[in-house]
Amino acid sequence: MHSGMIARMVALVALLLPAVATAAQPVSTFRLDNGMEVVVIEDHRAPVVTHMVWYRVGAADEPAGHSGIAHFFEHLMFKGTHQIPEGAFSKVVAENGGQDNAFTSWDYTGYFQRIAADRLGLVMGMEADRMRNLVLNERLVATERDVILEERNSRTDNDPGSLFREQMNAALYMNHPYGVPIIGWRHEIEELGLPEALEFYRRYYAPDNAILVVAGDVNPEAVLELAKTHYGSIAPSNNPPDARPQEPPQLAARRLEMRDARVRQPYVMRQYLVPTYEAEAPGTAAALSVLANVLGKGITSRFSQQIEIADRIAVSTGAFYNDSARDRTAFTIYGVPAPGHTLAEVEAALDAEIARLVAEGPTEEELDRIKRKTRTDLIHAQDDVAGLARLYGSALAVGLTVEDVEGWPDLIDAVTAEDVRAAAENWLLPAHSVTGYLMGTDGEAG
Amino acid sequence: MGMMQLFTRAGAALAVAAALVAAPAAAIEIEEVTSPGGTTFWLVQEQAVPLVAVEISFAGGARLDPADRPGLANMMAALLEEGAGDLDATAFAKAADELAARFGFGAGRDNVTVSARMLADDLDRSAALLALALAEPQFDANAVERVRAQILSKLASDETDPNAVAGRLWFARAFDGHPYARDTDGTPESVKAITRDELAAAQKRLMTRGAATVAVVGAIDAARAGVLIDTILAGLDEGDPPDAARAPETPPAGVEIAELDVPQSVAIFGQKGLPRDHPDFIPAYVMNHILGGGGFSSRLMEEVREKRGLAYGVYSYLANYEDADLILGSVQTANDRIAESLEVIRAEWRRMAEEGATAEDLDAAKRYLTGAFALRFDSNAKIARFLVGAQEEDLGLDYINIRNDLIEAVTLDDIRRVAKILDPDGLSIVVVGKPAGL
Repeated sequence: MHSGMIARMVALVALLLPAVATAAQPVSTFRLDNGMEVVVIEDHRAPVVTHMVWYRVGAADEPAGHSGIAHFFEHLMFKGTHQIPEGAFSKVVAENGGQDNAFTSWDYTGYFQRIAADRLGLVMGMEADRMRNLVLNERLVATERDVILEERNSRTDNDPGSLFREQMNAALYMNHPYGVPIIGWRHEIEELGLPEALEFYRRYYAPDNAILVVAGDVNPEAVLELAKTHYGSIAPSNNPPDARPQEPPQLAARRLEMRDARVRQPYVMRQYLVPTYEAEAPGTAAALSVLANVLGKGITSRFSQQIEIADRIAVSTGAFYNDSARDRTAFTIYGVPAPGHTLAEVEAALDAEIARLVAEGPTEEELDRIKRKTRTDLIHAQDDVAGLARLYGSALAVGLTVEDVEGWPDLIDAVTAEDVRAAAENWLLPAHSVTGYLMGTDGEAG
Repeated sequence: MGMMQLFTRAGAALAVAAALVAAPAAAIEIEEVTSPGGTTFWLVQEQAVPLVAVEISFAGGARLDPADRPGLANMMAALLEEGAGDLDATAFAKAADELAARFGFGAGRDNVTVSARMLADDLDRSAALLALALAEPQFDANAVERVRAQILSKLASDETDPNAVAGRLWFARAFDGHPYARDTDGTPESVKAITRDELAAAQKRLMTRGAATVAVVGAIDAARAGVLIDTILAGLDEGDPPDAARAPETPPAGVEIAELDVPQSVAIFGQKGLPRDHPDFIPAYVMNHILGGGGFSSRLMEEVREKRGLAYGVYSYLANYEDADLILGSVQTANDRIAESLEVIRAEWRRMAEEGATAEDLDAAKRYLTGAFALRFDSNAKIARFLVGAQEEDLGLDYINIRNDLIEAVTLDDIRRVAKILDPDGLSIVVVGKPAGL
């Protein structure tokens, strides 16, 4: 439950980025003197508020050999301070009719409460308190380590698909820490202890490394006053996370085959290393986003039309682009073979569609449909203000600005057919990719 | 700072909590509307965002699948977006995209559901498209085969997914002889055997106006909402709500193990519960919140996770189906410690049955449940789902206003009385994995 979004967060951000608040939900931004950023999204439909604090630190900022400490520490944040007794944080939220949780990704760690709008000060006070005043001991750390090993069992070790994606990721990144799983490698989780946790906390948990997002039935000026009261007095660390080790030129297409006796439905997956919105020319990210939609989003996509419907080689296909990350990210495609068809056939069919797109580019009809969908997604997004809070928080946490978020639909609108074709040609490069087959222990050899 | 509130929370926070109770009631005004065509539904007008959510539940669902065709309702629902009228699956998807309308179809044990999210500006055309899917689904041969292959692929994956195996086994064991014993997705054999004619017949039989419960939430008034609902339901038969077929009341006690080579065992435990209309249902709901429903603050979470580190998650909930009322729960623990988790859970089950709750437990539960009620109503989509559930359970138009009073009225004696239904030795438990010591 804590970090319930550990695996979902990446996909979620990609889905939500096209959405921005409109006049119905005005967005205000502030910055406190200590460097803490503040985003307020107004929505007065219900007397509730979502309060989130995002730290610009995640699994990709962990010291080598201590994988999982960012997520482990996220769990420890619920343990207690001098003012909040051990284990009381979530209880106090609950006793005030609120819900709380937290999540960890490679780039950020977030904490949130959903609660009646008149309790905003209460949860702000508690969140500000645990930013610097956490009290930990060896006993707490040891029990929580067991919880996290069970979490790893549930998420990863009990599911061959998760283990496969972990292997894929490790192969995609030759040098960057995105290749290390967010939850950590089991043998390293087993060794995490109090000193590693405290070191991580002192280094990264400070207002100048944090973003406050408040969404709901609130007034921006009142939120700013509350933020000054609760967060404003906390001293900055002046010690932001270091730049991460970057990828060297990738020169070799990598392939892996994983066999697990539990696999009953084999599939093929490929990941390409590509730019993000933040790190490179923004137009490239927009073109890659449209490209993912053309190739593999829904029944109207090319993969689906050709490989599932026309040729009936696959029962399922898809393409995803994670546009919001601090460093180079993954463009993912996959296909699940239909009975009687091999992984190699599906892979060849995916490649053929990419080749056709590189040769011909998308049609104007495809381009128009995807652009229109991006615009209308904005309207649907208005029904979920907590989703808008996650959108802004995740974008700011990877180094984007509110203006970047709001400018995204215009960037999508500006994408041309040639941009999409060129993105496929320039970025879906075998040398920058890993192709993986997940298979059972008997049956086909790929 | 606000910290001082924490130390006085028993007094001060309680006073504020009481003030909160009225909040959702004040914010949400539910109208009961009868359309010109005679369909009665619940409406909440919400003009702040230019969207309309329509939620429809057709009573019946997978429990009405023929005995040799489990999975029929599920496959039928999956095909509703795969072509209708003269639109094939691709054309239907493009038409929905064009209107920026989002449609979802599903089947559960007790119902077939339709969720529609539409732009207020394009409501008439969106409703007409949805009506086409309900009135004239194609069940085109190519789409049928494609969806069949997708379901078979999922069923194959489920064979070694410990959560899927545990869920199937628990229901198979508990409801022998009743449709609930069968999985809603069906079996590979039944899914392979389903024909186009069976799908078309199931759609006509299950999705009738008589079986429909409807809610509308969004930027629309009552008159227009009535016309909208008539448009959407126009092609359906009149029909009657299906009969209930009471299921076996008491799942078999004891532990059944299904061996699967995974490092962590998945356990599902459960027993008989209370019907939604039982006078002690609300006390049972509060009791379960304290026992295993309250997220991080429940007793099961405290004992299994926080104190012993035995699991990432553990929970229990009141599961009310049309034909059976249950208390169900789940935990996942490494194979060599799952026996300990189950022992702790049984002990908590027993402690609640024998001692009930403390005043502090009850107070904390009431403050959470009354305060968090408002969190269910912060989007049109959530409100629409609530309105359908409230109608199906026959809770009445004023439930949203009195619900927190019902929670506040629960006493320690109520909890003690209702906790007697907990039967630690009678728990029906399924464990999937390679558990040691069971």
